[in-house]
Amino acid sequence: MNLKGKVALVTGGSRGIGRAICLRLAGAGAFVFVNYARNEKAARETLRLIGQAGGEGKIVCFDVADHKAATEAIAGLIREKGRIDILANNAGESRDGLLVRMKEQDWDRVIDTNLKGAFNCCRAVAYAMMKQRGGRIINVTSIVALSGNAGQANYSASKAGIIGLTKSLARELGPRNICVNAVAPGLIITDMTSAMTEEQREKVLEGIPLSRLGTPDDVAGVVLFLASDEAGYITGQVIGVNGGLYM
Amino acid sequence: MSIEEKVIEIIVEQLDVTREECVPEASFIEDLGADSLDLVELIMAMEENFGIEISDEELQKIRTIKDAINYIKGKKGLAS
Repeated sequence: MNLKGKVALVTGGSRGIGRAICLRLAGAGAFVFVNYARNEKAARETLRLIGQAGGEGKIVCFDVADHKAATEAIAGLIREKGRIDILANNAGESRDGLLVRMKEQDWDRVIDTNLKGAFNCCRAVAYAMMKQRGGRIINVTSIVALSGNAGQANYSASKAGIIGLTKSLARELGPRNICVNAVAPGLIITDMTSAMTEEQREKVLEGIPLSRLGTPDDVAGVVLFLASDEAGYITGQVIGVNGGLYM
Repeated sequence: MSIEEKVIEIIVEQLDVTREECVPEASFIEDLGADSLDLVELIMAMEENFGIEISDEELQKIRTIKDAINYIKGKKGLAS
């Protein structure tokens, strides 16, 4: 899969699934803007790994939840490269807790980062992609958007919202040759899932036909495919990457 | 370049129509074959080119090339 000459933006590209997506896209020849909100050190490490593999990119700091900051930063990088071909909305956070104990701020922050953040970034790239008559938006949702999960009402709702956003944009932007899809990871080994106890892990593994947890690269490979020319007739879809945990 | 000429240039480029089709009375949707996405792109191109902002309510009133030209002249403080 060849992305030579393409420009990509990966939100939340400093760690985990985002970093793997950056490496895959850059590895296929795209110039990758690695977005991060707080962890500059980790973002620099992503950039170093991109360079080490012979790829090109740049780190760019903004909080996706901040409409003005995201809009301005993305307009700036589009000006800089003259185009934007691929947006991977990966930035996300979780603040788990049972509903009866969930604080308003925990609800708001998760919805703001995960759902409004995706909206902010989609909106910031849409016009440029429309003018180019082409582009790819890949939104990272989650298995829990489909299955629900006790203790993740805010996170599941934000990720289910992303699916609605994905399908609506696929309809709106399809006539301009812009494909919009979502990837729904199952249980992936990242910092975000490391809070699980060994016991919880064992229990989940029983439900996974492929009997292993996923890796960030399992997800990134699918994102790369959706960004490639090979996936040019796929839009409005939610691709599960979960080892069969949810079908 | 006058506002009229610039508007028509934008329309020709955005809607892939000929200059001859761009008579003042031509309606974007009925005569020039624009769909809702084309209209949004057209309006955004005009906003960009003329440094103005066109609200959604005002957008509803712009149906023909003449409407667009008069609207932009009004925004620019020029008599139509």
